[in-house]
Amino acid sequence: MSKFSFLLNTARKDSRKNRGKLFLFMSSIILGIAALVAINSFNYNLLKDIDRQAATLLGADLAITGDSPLNPAIQSAVDSLPGKQAKEVELLSMAYLPSVDETQFMRVKALEGDFPFYGTLVTTPAEAATSFKQSKSALVDNGVMLQYGLNVGDSIKLGNAQFVIAGNLKNAFGSAGVSATFAPAVYIPLQYMEETGLVQPGSLVDYAHYSMVPASFDIDNWVKRRNKAYKNAQVRMETVKSRKRSLNQAFDYLNYFLNLVALVSLLLGCIGVASSVLIYVKNKISSIAIFRCLGMKGTDAFTVYFLQIFGLGVFGVLIGAALGSLIQFVLPIILSDFLPVTVKSAISWKAILEGLIIGTVITVLFALVPLLAVRNISPLRTLRASFEEDVSGRDLAQYLTYVAIVGSIMAFLWKLTGNFINAGIFTASLLAAFLILFLVSKLIMFLVRKFFPTQWSFVLRQGLANLYRPNNQTQTLLISIGLGTAVLTTLFIVQGLLLENVAQMDAGNQPNMILYGIENSQKEELAKLTEDMGLPLIQQVPIVTMELSEWKGRSKSEWVADSTSNVEDWVINREARVTYRDTVDQFEELLRGNFVGNYEEGQDSIFISLDERYADGLGVDIGDEVVYNVQGTRIPTYVSSIRRIDFRNMQARFFIVFPKGVLEEAPQFQVLVTKTPDTATMASYRSKVVKAFPNVSVVDLGSILQAANEIVTKVSYIIQFMAGFSIMTGLIVLLSSLMLSKYQRIRESVLLRTIGASRNQILKINATEYLLIGSLSAATGILISIVGSYLLATLQLNLKYQLNWWPIILVFCLVVGLTLIIGLLNSREVLNKPPLEVLRNELA
Amino acid sequence: MSILRIDKLHKEYNSSGKSLRVLQDINFEIEEGATVSIVGSSGSGKTTLLGLCAGLDRASSGTVELCGQTLNSLNEDQRAEIRNQYVGFIFQNFQLIPTLSALENIMIPMELHGKSGAKNVAMNLLERVGLADRHHHYPSQLSGGEQQRVSLARAFSNEPRILFADEPTGNLDDDTSGTIEKLMFDLNREQGTTLVIVTHDLELARQTQRIIRLKGGHIISDEKTGQTQQSIVDEQV
Repeated sequence: MSKFSFLLNTARKDSRKNRGKLFLFMSSIILGIAALVAINSFNYNLLKDIDRQAATLLGADLAITGDSPLNPAIQSAVDSLPGKQAKEVELLSMAYLPSVDETQFMRVKALEGDFPFYGTLVTTPAEAATSFKQSKSALVDNGVMLQYGLNVGDSIKLGNAQFVIAGNLKNAFGSAGVSATFAPAVYIPLQYMEETGLVQPGSLVDYAHYSMVPASFDIDNWVKRRNKAYKNAQVRMETVKSRKRSLNQAFDYLNYFLNLVALVSLLLGCIGVASSVLIYVKNKISSIAIFRCLGMKGTDAFTVYFLQIFGLGVFGVLIGAALGSLIQFVLPIILSDFLPVTVKSAISWKAILEGLIIGTVITVLFALVPLLAVRNISPLRTLRASFEEDVSGRDLAQYLTYVAIVGSIMAFLWKLTGNFINAGIFTASLLAAFLILFLVSKLIMFLVRKFFPTQWSFVLRQGLANLYRPNNQTQTLLISIGLGTAVLTTLFIVQGLLLENVAQMDAGNQPNMILYGIENSQKEELAKLTEDMGLPLIQQVPIVTMELSEWKGRSKSEWVADSTSNVEDWVINREARVTYRDTVDQFEELLRGNFVGNYEEGQDSIFISLDERYADGLGVDIGDEVVYNVQGTRIPTYVSSIRRIDFRNMQARFFIVFPKGVLEEAPQFQVLVTKTPDTATMASYRSKVVKAFPNVSVVDLGSILQAANEIVTKVSYIIQFMAGFSIMTGLIVLLSSLMLSKYQRIRESVLLRTIGASRNQILKINATEYLLIGSLSAATGILISIVGSYLLATLQLNLKYQLNWWPIILVFCLVVGLTLIIGLLNSREVLNKPPLEVLRNELA
Repeated sequence: MSILRIDKLHKEYNSSGKSLRVLQDINFEIEEGATVSIVGSSGSGKTTLLGLCAGLDRASSGTVELCGQTLNSLNEDQRAEIRNQYVGFIFQNFQLIPTLSALENIMIPMELHGKSGAKNVAMNLLERVGLADRHHHYPSQLSGGEQQRVSLARAFSNEPRILFADEPTGNLDDDTSGTIEKLMFDLNREQGTTLVIVTHDLELARQTQRIIRLKGGHIISDEKTGQTQQSIVDEQV
């Protein structure tokens, strides 16, 4: 028999009576790998489907979008493209439904041409998808049709024009599932858009131009050649290829989050692996010493146990991969509202292979930490029971294993984030948490020994002394339970912060209705209607739209052409919506300079106030010249103050504020902000406004916030579903960590029973020890998570940090309770059976 | 020809930062095929001496030469090879591997050595110790005496040149002790093995040819069996 087959055979024979104990070890890995494989399989299937469906997502080979019609230069370039063309004008507006006397906030899409060129508008009846363009008809979102009980043939009024509903619309182009919930789509023919009167100066309108070109035409190259030249024209050009790229990027974030959850489960699982292998090795010390005594080399003894752990580890990883492949069939159902494509679940061999490799490597590394000690177990243990230094000694291989563990976590995170620094920060945070828990355990042992309460009762003293006595479990349990608690609590705190920050937007007296597109002549009448209904005029401000023309002595086209400038695109490309007033708003903070509220005739300069982000994006500061163009009139201004805006309030906010006395005569419209106390008043107010002022757009912030809350609820459901993996793994880790204590304490408990300790006394001694360990681990873990989540929320997520203590208290009680219950369940054998039977069963 | 030679052997342990001397200036030789007992009260250093002689531990100073090899210069793995090749062990608490059956426990030293036919040899030995019909039983299914008989069979399975026994009957009743002692000496004779026994049991010690007495880490006497009986009587008087 070759040496290896002997070792393999010995490993098999040695493990057969312990496979039950090794189940814990296996189960620690299974869930982590399951999460990893499920997430990666889903991701690969998603990428494949995005790739396949990208053309139907865009509906054309090229889409040019912007907030104004194409300028003549671009229009002529587009006209010269071979193939077909189509146009779309889109805006948000209230729709009036005469048959039910209701109003609904909708996304109006006015279409001309055969768009979509790829994919189809799905309607009932099917022919309505094309026939609606032949008459004054509309296709109305299926949800709205069902909600209001509308039928084909009913009417819908948009602004001043009334349309016959030609079909029930089952899908819409250019909007993902969730955005449709707060602004469902209505399609109308483009030639009737003007009649609605909804397109006015100041209206938020999107213009899109779609092209379908022959397959031989290289549209990406055409875009590439023109992209820079059209940057100045405030348009965005998108091809199938670039849509695919941006979708992939968008889902990178989702994948990043899901993978982090998988990593957390995997790491918790690995702590479980290390704990359960440690139990196993401790349990096997006497056998190993006998093997060594009979002449087995240290490396051979190590191989025997490595083969056992490796075999079971690979088996666990395989089960995890199989489970993960099954779970991935559920993910597309849970995430369906957020997906622009239909994801077909299929077995992903790439994800399975990755899971197997990562799982095996990380399991082996974590198992090696306790397993390497096998090489150093002295044969002298056959003669003397206590020979501590052999298992606690560290060697080079052990240090190399630690380095390999840190390196593999770092590599995994690097692959995940694509950012070396982020990967480093996350790895360093984990190491810091580990170090803190290690130091806290040392400190606790030192303090308990130093200030031992000698006057306490026997059972309490025994329980307390167990924290520092030889064979104590303080360090192992504090690190494993503490790290698990820290990771889970951080997950809960961050989830709570995300939900809290969204909920705050709806809190208190926030306004819930914004009316825009109000002409100056309608201002007084609309204000009166509002006040007559007992609603407050929270804000009523004028808006003048203008274009940025030049700043710091250079024209906009010069800035755009300058490849070295740091001017941000969003600042250049936006249409400037400006107001004028003489005071700083209550939701603004004046950072520097003087806010000039009035312009006196004859004054040589106009002083404006800019938001700090806008000023930074433009690269201007106090004293710099900025020139705007209002309907062809050049208005030179100077920056006199910089403000910071609180974006969490629900009012109209302005990056640029002019003083009074400049823009009063310029073309402008008004915005009115109010708050309705209940949905009935809101519906009645909305209905009156839509009927009396069809051109005015009413935005119901309440329903948008409600939709946003629904989104966050769905997101948090996903987070909870995924966090379920971490929680389950955490419980297994807790169980395996506490199983360790069973073997540590069983001899002592049996001996105490033998010399006459009552069941009650042993129960109290164990309860004291587990209660202390559970509380100290949970408290330290929670403290780490509070600091960690604070840093994450403030530095990474830019969230306002506010702790909700109830979930934290719940986690504390749960961890302490579980530690106590599992710990005491461990003792039940000692309590319920004769000491000799326990010794025979456990120590044999 | 001596199989074991101990020269100026010292052993110290560090306990809580303090040095604890367990053995001092130990010198003796054992001839091949001899039977020797090491006796002494608890804490006299008997088990430490056995561990050093068998290559289970390293001396602080001095030399241990076993089967012509100086153990001090060897690392743990090299010493393991020596143990596997030349040494057999019997322990007070039997030290059978709980997860292996009686037969498999006996096979282990031979398999470690890469010997073929391990199973047949092990079955013959089991028959020799009267446990052939219990070959598939695990240690927990055997009584103390039966476990020690398996342990004896395992100790002789590799035909060791020297057998170290640490209180081999310490955990057994008188009748079972008698059976184990007889088996041990019979097997020893049959295989011509050198036998070194650490024991409290003077009856057992008297059955060996030579008794080395330890006290406080020193050898206080090293005599042939007849002389030893007289020394004990003298001490008791």
